[in-house]
Amino acid sequence: MVHAVEAQAVTRVFDSKAKQKVTALDGVDLEVKEGELFGLLGPNGAGKTTLIKIMCTLLLPTSGSVKVLGHDVVDDFQAIRPRINMVSGGETSGYGLLTVRENLWMFSQFYGIPGKEARRRIDEVLEQFGLLDKGDSKVRAISTGQRKKMNVARGFITDPDLLFLDEPTLGLDVSASFVVREYIRRWLHEKKGRTILLTTHYMAEAEDMCERVAIIDKGKILACDSPNNLKRSVRESARFGIEVEGDGAQWQPQVAGLISAAWSCKEGRRLLTISLEQEDTLTDVLLQLRDRREVVLSINKEEPTLEEAFVSIVKGGSA
Amino acid sequence: MSWLSLNLRAVYGRAYPRVIGVMREISWILFDIFLPLLGIAAFIFYYRAMGAPEVFTGFVIIGGAMTAFWMNVLWSMAAQFYWEKETGNMSLFLIAPMSRMAVLAGMALGGMFLTTIRALSTIVLGFIIFGVSVQAFPVLDLLLIFGLTMVALYGMGMMLSSVYLMYGRGAYNVSALAQEPIYLVSGFYFPVRQLGLLLAGLASIIPITLGLDGIRQVLFGDQGMGFLPVGTEMLILAGLGIVFLVGAKLSLDYMEYLGRREGRLTLRWQ
Repeated sequence: MVHAVEAQAVTRVFDSKAKQKVTALDGVDLEVKEGELFGLLGPNGAGKTTLIKIMCTLLLPTSGSVKVLGHDVVDDFQAIRPRINMVSGGETSGYGLLTVRENLWMFSQFYGIPGKEARRRIDEVLEQFGLLDKGDSKVRAISTGQRKKMNVARGFITDPDLLFLDEPTLGLDVSASFVVREYIRRWLHEKKGRTILLTTHYMAEAEDMCERVAIIDKGKILACDSPNNLKRSVRESARFGIEVEGDGAQWQPQVAGLISAAWSCKEGRRLLTISLEQEDTLTDVLLQLRDRREVVLSINKEEPTLEEAFVSIVKGGSA
Repeated sequence: MSWLSLNLRAVYGRAYPRVIGVMREISWILFDIFLPLLGIAAFIFYYRAMGAPEVFTGFVIIGGAMTAFWMNVLWSMAAQFYWEKETGNMSLFLIAPMSRMAVLAGMALGGMFLTTIRALSTIVLGFIIFGVSVQAFPVLDLLLIFGLTMVALYGMGMMLSSVYLMYGRGAYNVSALAQEPIYLVSGFYFPVRQLGLLLAGLASIIPITLGLDGIRQVLFGDQGMGFLPVGTEMLILAGLGIVFLVGAKLSLDYMEYLGRREGRLTLRWQ
């Protein structure tokens, strides 16, 4: 199987102005499967952008190897460029005196897309991104959010096999972010085999969209797995919230492997929040509730969020 | 999709913003025609006050019009990559499959189109206002020397822009530094042969020097006070054009490699 991205032992060292070496990437190993929506998460300065620049052929690795769509980024970068595209959420690319449509057309010409096909694709993305009525407006006359949406749309115009989305929803409002995320999902669904590598600081976005995510910090990949597995990896205990009718006694369950139990009251109901070493000991808790003739209204398993997992992994230095 | 088709589309794509700018940025009529005419008028009045031959009026108008090309090459070719880097366009140009030369050629052709319209407007207005007449002249010679000048001049701009790619803000200062001295040594407002063989010869490295001199000779004939015969100037310009274009290609490839190695292609605020 050809991976969309295969990085092995990649390091990148920059010479700083103070004549010191700055290691931005330190032995990165990473594989992104074809057809995958892969997330790259990390705090500021973690090395995400450096890694993306190497994959986009904008930067050479100091050592190690990176293959994108089966081609080496150092020796065979010309074969990569027609098949990739990149969108950065912070960018202000294009020319203000051109219209939205003209800007998209201009970038399509850099990929040699014939005029008629380019116009068809532009109409399609403008409609999908809700920019059809702004197509003939000059870019300097539209809002920042609309301009950002135009930039995201630009990435799809060339129909790349691999698209790098570097914080694509940065600075977008809720509905615009929703439009972008929906388009990404639909595009991947309709275009089988296309791959997206997404970086984002919005954990909910990564959790919602990505099949797998890698967490990078200080130039090292600390963890790489599905969001669910990453979440499980940081919480060994099982946490439940059991809602019980009435405002009666707040007793302590007696079960093996109980880590903590806490009661709270709200609107005539009590909530028992318990942490257990083993998930299956929940049955013992429920039996005790029955013995005390408590009426259980609901049981919720409380999953850790990706944000908690991220913080825990970055803090701990490894998964 | 062939290599040629891709790159022709890229040239057209990059030239488009400059071409369309003629229609959308009407302020150029004030800044690029009327304001330069004031500078031109000042020189014309000096020459007239000094009793210089009337042909100097034509020299000054042609020179004043041609300064637009030098400004365009300095600020919109050589230093352009600095701005492209600042706005984020540079990285998008670099990851695209087209040749980097196509981007530069697009910038050059668009710039040439835009500036030719501006320069022609200046010449027509200047000739009308100051009553300049020219003798019957060989149009083909004029087009040839103008074309060769443009190829060499914009070839030089393309080469400089690849160098400036690496220097970020430094490019801005180099352009500012180059602007006024070139006005002097290229003979924008006087026949360059007045500088003497050595200085005029050195100034001829800048293609606009010989281009301007050749155009004056073609338009004003024996009164043109030429530095070298027009045929020789054409040959030198053709040579300079080849050297600058090949130099631009080699320099661009090397600078891109260097930029990828050092990480300076997309870093802003240098």
